Amino acid sequence: MTWTDHRWIPSVEDVTATIERGAATAPVSSPKSAPPAKRPSSRKPGGFLASSNGKKAVMAVTGVVMVLFLVGHMLGNLKIFLGRDSFNEYAHALRTLLEPLAPYRTLLTIVEVVLAASVVLHLWAAISLARRARKARPVKYVTKKSQASGYTTHIMRFGGVTILLFLVWHLLDLTFGVVNPKGSGSAPADRMIAGFDASRWWVTLIYVVAVVMVGLHLRHGIWSAFQTLGWANRTRYRALKGAAALVSAVLVIGFLAPPLAITFGAVK
Amino acid sequence: MNLTLKVWRQSGPSDSGRMVTYRVEDVSPDMSFLEMLDVLNERLILEGDDPIAFDHDCREGICGMCGMVINGVAHGEQRATTTCQLHMRHFEDGAVITIEPWRAAPFPVVKDLVVDRSAFDRIIQAGGFVSVPAGSAPDAHSVPVRKEDADAAFDAATCIGCGACVAACPNGSASLFTAAKITHLSLLPQGQPERLSRAKAMVDQMDAEGFGGCTNTGECTAVCPKGIPLDTIAQLNSDYLKANAK
Repeated sequence: MTWTDHRWIPSVEDVTATIERGAATAPVSSPKSAPPAKRPSSRKPGGFLASSNGKKAVMAVTGVVMVLFLVGHMLGNLKIFLGRDSFNEYAHALRTLLEPLAPYRTLLTIVEVVLAASVVLHLWAAISLARRARKARPVKYVTKKSQASGYTTHIMRFGGVTILLFLVWHLLDLTFGVVNPKGSGSAPADRMIAGFDASRWWVTLIYVVAVVMVGLHLRHGIWSAFQTLGWANRTRYRALKGAAALVSAVLVIGFLAPPLAITFGAVK
Repeated sequence: MNLTLKVWRQSGPSDSGRMVTYRVEDVSPDMSFLEMLDVLNERLILEGDDPIAFDHDCREGICGMCGMVINGVAHGEQRATTTCQLHMRHFEDGAVITIEPWRAAPFPVVKDLVVDRSAFDRIIQAGGFVSVPAGSAPDAHSVPVRKEDADAAFDAATCIGCGACVAACPNGSASLFTAAKITHLSLLPQGQPERLSRAKAMVDQMDAEGFGGCTNTGECTAVCPKGIPLDTIAQLNSDYLKANAK
């Protein structure tokens, strides 16, 4: 810059520089004079659980809890291959774990409470996200074609409902024994073997359909939980999706082996 | 080429709208999709009919104005392509093509295929910026940025805000758009001071606008004309959870 008698004589470079600087330091009107555009919705941002991302996090965490339970449940079921006594001992051990430090059934009750809470919260998150999604698209497309690979993502809600209905049946059958031929007072292994008797092939069929549905649900659900919790990235996708497929496949095989073995007479 | 178009016609926001069938003849395979609509509109004007309203500006795939759901796919089935860059050679002679506007409650139809995407602007206003001290511009190299971060930030920054992600999402979620803006700024040193408050403000605004939640279907990234990757949404999730943990 050149100053002469307090007068600034600009050169070409100065003008250019002034314009650039002017753009960067242009006075910004205060927020009060220009209020930000009002949101069209009257809904105020609520807490974490009211946000879509908060609900997703609830969905992911409760999903992880249930998957961990399923792994333990599957391993326990496989004890039927070691004989009725081995299976009954395992069922008994679940109830007497931590005894005598804690009363009978302490750990099992804790697990049941955590699982029940997980199911309820998972369901709540799913319903409120589905309702939000329905509201977000009031007018449907005349033609809509999916472009993403993988059909499992599109059966999550349908699959979830199927699994929930199955869960009711499953508890009535093998936990409470209401719809089981051996009734509620019988030994766990007797209930299991009588329940999947070849004469009750349709029960086995229900289990096959439901367990496959669980597998499909988890194929998307497991990696999706990692994505939702922010642990996924482009280098981990392959590993996460691979792990999700592997865990789902192992769970399906592990859960279907006992009922199929019983129905086909391999376990008596 | 001779084509049959089934186009969504809606005279205004209060009209309920309907699909209307048009025949378009002598279409050159070298025409862009929008030029094909121009030809139809010229004819409609000559016949004294109302031309089909659609948004467009640069017609070179960088402004994000154009966008319509073509045969059930946002911007058409050609991957990584905006509607203006989609050419008629990708269609077969005699094809029936359905054309619909973006469908989402936060994107109300203004007319025919034109939707109001101001909701995106309000998400940006909520936090899609960095506050920098006024004064002369710093030297270009004064703040080092890792090459990997610069590349990933640039990938996210290529988002043109066209809204195809919302249109394709079965939940009507704006997560990919919001995630692109969040990731773009989160990966750079200049974006760090406001990183967590930005994620919270933008996600809350996204919710307030009435967009749906993300269920990781990947429909958005499949139709994105700029190929914004899905892991930007993991970045959004991570920043949002950290913001809430504080």
